[in-house]
Amino acid sequence: MRLSDLQIWTITPEIIVAIMACAILMIDVAMPERARKTIGFGLTVSTLLLAAIAVVVGQDAGYTIGLYGLVVQDRVSDIAKLGICLITAVALVYGRSYTEERNLLRGEFLALALFGTVGMMVMVSANHLITLYIGLELFSLCLYALIALHRDSAEATEAAMKYFVLGALASGILLYAMSLLYGLTGTLELAGIRQSVSGFSADDLPLAVALILVIVGLLFKLGAVPFHMWVPDVYAGSPTSVTAYLASAPKIAAFVIILRLLAISLEPLLEVWQDMLIAVALLSIGFGNLVAIAQRNMKRMLAYSTISHMGFFLLGILSGDSVGYSAAMLYAVIHAVVSLGVFGCILHFSGEGFEADQLDDYRGLSKTDPWLAFLMLLFMLSLAGVPPTVGFYAKLSVFQAVIGAGLLWVAVPAALFVVVGAFYYLRVVKLMYFDEPVAKTPVRSSAAPLESRALLTVNGLLIIGIMPWIGVIAEACRNAILLVGS
Amino acid sequence: METVYLLIPLVCLAAAVLVGLAGQWLGRRAAHSITIGAVAMAFVLSVVVAVEVAGGQRFDGSVYIWAVSDGIQFEIGFLIDQLSAVMMVVVTFVSLMVHVYTIGYMHDDPGYTRFFSYISLFTFAMLMLVMSNNFLQLFFGWEAVGLLSYLLIGFWFERESANFASLKAFLVNRVGDLGFLLGIAAILYVFGSLDYAAVFASAPQHATETMTGILGSQWRWLTIICLLLFVGAMGKSAQVPLHVWLPDSMEGPTPISALIHAATMVTAGIFMVARMSPLFELSQTALSVVLIIGAVTTISMALIALVQNDIKRVVAYSTLSQLGYMTVALGASAYSIAIFHLATHAFFKALLFLAAGSVIIALHHEQDMRRMGALWKRMPVTYLTALIGTLALVGIPPFAGFFSKDAIIEAVALSHTPGAKFAYVVVVAGVFVTALYSFRLIFMVFHGPSRLSEDNRKHARESPWVVTVPLILLAIPSVLAGLVLVGPTLSGHLFGESVMPIDGHGINGYGATDMLVHAWVSLPLWLAIAGIAVAWILYLRSPHAASRIANRFRLLHEILIRKYGVDELYERVFADGGQALGRTLWKFGDRLIIDDTLVNGTAKLVGRLSGVVRSLQTGYVYHYAFAMIIGLVALMSWFLWT
Repeated sequence: MRLSDLQIWTITPEIIVAIMACAILMIDVAMPERARKTIGFGLTVSTLLLAAIAVVVGQDAGYTIGLYGLVVQDRVSDIAKLGICLITAVALVYGRSYTEERNLLRGEFLALALFGTVGMMVMVSANHLITLYIGLELFSLCLYALIALHRDSAEATEAAMKYFVLGALASGILLYAMSLLYGLTGTLELAGIRQSVSGFSADDLPLAVALILVIVGLLFKLGAVPFHMWVPDVYAGSPTSVTAYLASAPKIAAFVIILRLLAISLEPLLEVWQDMLIAVALLSIGFGNLVAIAQRNMKRMLAYSTISHMGFFLLGILSGDSVGYSAAMLYAVIHAVVSLGVFGCILHFSGEGFEADQLDDYRGLSKTDPWLAFLMLLFMLSLAGVPPTVGFYAKLSVFQAVIGAGLLWVAVPAALFVVVGAFYYLRVVKLMYFDEPVAKTPVRSSAAPLESRALLTVNGLLIIGIMPWIGVIAEACRNAILLVGS
Repeated sequence: METVYLLIPLVCLAAAVLVGLAGQWLGRRAAHSITIGAVAMAFVLSVVVAVEVAGGQRFDGSVYIWAVSDGIQFEIGFLIDQLSAVMMVVVTFVSLMVHVYTIGYMHDDPGYTRFFSYISLFTFAMLMLVMSNNFLQLFFGWEAVGLLSYLLIGFWFERESANFASLKAFLVNRVGDLGFLLGIAAILYVFGSLDYAAVFASAPQHATETMTGILGSQWRWLTIICLLLFVGAMGKSAQVPLHVWLPDSMEGPTPISALIHAATMVTAGIFMVARMSPLFELSQTALSVVLIIGAVTTISMALIALVQNDIKRVVAYSTLSQLGYMTVALGASAYSIAIFHLATHAFFKALLFLAAGSVIIALHHEQDMRRMGALWKRMPVTYLTALIGTLALVGIPPFAGFFSKDAIIEAVALSHTPGAKFAYVVVVAGVFVTALYSFRLIFMVFHGPSRLSEDNRKHARESPWVVTVPLILLAIPSVLAGLVLVGPTLSGHLFGESVMPIDGHGINGYGATDMLVHAWVSLPLWLAIAGIAVAWILYLRSPHAASRIANRFRLLHEILIRKYGVDELYERVFADGGQALGRTLWKFGDRLIIDDTLVNGTAKLVGRLSGVVRSLQTGYVYHYAFAMIIGLVALMSWFLWT
């Protein structure tokens, strides 16, 4: 056994972020109060950027197994890690002043955010059930703590509590499923599981139980109906900067574990899980869109919107071929970028003692702050899937995949609910552009740091689908998935 | 030569676009110079083409493929033969005369440049129509001239009556165009091609094909196609019962009445049927319908002209009646004679309209003949040219109209199409009525006591040279066109193979001299002279005789004044009925079913559903966990079940 056999460089980004997270914790203690915020924050963002550079430098066009089968590096993990690092960094920049005003921008916040990022990246790299579970738990535990960090807020505490209890239940289910899988196949490595599972008949009962438990565990993390109950409470209860963090990058990580576990390792059971996912996906799309209409709270509305978007994401997965998987990957990336932008807008609009989380707060925003209103308009149109925004292309590719898989009857109700969904997205536009402003609404987007506003503008421009990046990303997703498939 | 063909319509288009877009900036002088230059160039080139065609040259080909769909090519193409060459010369000549005349007529109009742009564009559209070698381009030209007609009737759009008239013209033409479009669709369906040559070549093979209609009745495809195409022709050429728009179109400026509503556009239907003669020849049913519709139009419209007092309306009803003559000729399979009459009519009717316009400007837009009279001394040029036009219209030898009208009457006499006997009686009687109303106009306007208003009495004088020169130039062909063209037409040399030849009628081979000699022993000429005599008695010798007759036959007079009640009928049934139907559909279909039930109903339902489902989110952790467990159990039992 030699050190070089470990192929340790496959997890360089994870190592960088983990070490820096520990360092930031210690530096935070040693630093004077005033310098903490700037230096700590700067270090955190540079760490994420450094990790992103490390991903790009160490990118692997092939398929490398590292740490004796515990981790894997391929195109999918590279793209996912790059996305996670960049999106997390941007989310932190957006949330900086918000977090600072609520006196949350301390070493713990930054370290937890970084550790959570490590968790996501480990999930992405996992080639082994244990690695996968460790990544998932590391991320979840950080998130519980991040939500609860706002100790004075009853809502935040309640949200953290609920999330923790339900998350524990889901983790238990997932862990139980893994133990069953291990018992049935005798291996924890994903490739080995696939090999072994293809020997089973499709109606083998223990294997089916294991599969269903895996699905339930994964669907909980995704927030699909009926395992979605935590989503609205957590989105609404968390500090908005944390919501921005948990609503964006984790969707990419979730895609990768679902791809590796369900779509690759358990692909021989496609017939079984496809039907279940169809039911769950349609329920999520219908339920999410319906309930979102009744919300008056912006963050809750976006939570239900996310539930419905996860339904669309599942449509890509359940198509069960490389077209579907790459559509789902594209959907996850685009949804992460759009969510980032939406919460970025809310963060820029909110201020000290003003959460900007009620729909009524947005009345007449176009008159008081046209820049922000226009960006919000772009994000809302993208969420609704209106061309030429990227949201349209994401939905289009998913629908193409579903129809290509011969599931036209699934695509039709999904498309109808897009129309229902358009209502509440356009309501925000209507409030901003056609209603009179409420006098007391403070306008502070111009008070936010310049770099943050510039980033948000770039984020908004990315949403216009005629930008070339969408083609680049779609191509990259397609190639990455094709590589995994072979 | 292809470049020349392309140049003829495009030069008009270019002028129209240039003047239309930059008219304000170019100014009035440049605007009329550019368009007149373009149309003059088109005319010269058309004459060149006509000479080439007379020398035996023929062209049929596409210049541009617009689209290919399901193996069918949609092309821009030209078919240049004797028929299109004659039409091109007529169209560009009349258009040129009207362009020049417009300088005088529209002199004080604020829409001066817009007007020139429109008439140039019209010339382009009309040329595309007559030069086409396929049905698609024919339809394009057909619709484009219709659009320009609409725009020009409503040229004085601040007048309510002009708007009404333009809308009426447009809507009535919709009816005809629907038939035309269906006819083209049927051609595409049966023949699988839109190319004239291909369709005509395979027409005999499809002659006996039938389709099954309602109650199992069998319909010959060709009859259906011809009838549908003729519906289009009825709309454009204003045949009964789609004639109602043409009299109202006189709301447009007079040059337009001359160009569009007398000489060119309204004859597009006649041209189209002549062009389709290989198809019509195969369906006797269709020919019979054409013949009877034409005959009814001829006499009924001529009778209305007797009671009109508006100078332009008399000429308009005369146009309708003459279009009926052409349609009768088509129905009698005498296509070349129909086109012959079309050409002579284009000259003398444009002349009459422009002469009427000359009177109208001299009298400061007075159009009522009862306030005219004795103008021949004040306006000698207008009087003489109008007299020439009228003599041509009435059919006095050797003026142009005599030859073409007499040829039609002879052709109908020899025709075997069912209904030809009726048509013969009608066209012969029509000669008398035509003479009567034409000379009524001449006598009321130019002779008798002066009934001018005080103001006009002082100022009325001859129009400027831009008005009189076109009159004189149009008077020349009104005199000569018949004499020159009748021989070649009847011998078949003029049109060659471009329309179906008039075999078996026994009149091919007649020459101008034969007709001139024969006229004095035939009925029509004496009827015409009788008509003139009666007009002289009624309107000059004993001026009160007319009103006494009107009183005696009050019912008949009233029917004619009310134009047989067709306008009222259409307004009641179609306009009011259409509005009522629309209102009902709006109330029940749109508002009740679509708006209230489907759109707002679904929205309300979704909203209510959303409220219900929302209450599932109780906020209790154990409910949340319970939902997860239920989901788990549901998935498990699903697997066990299936």
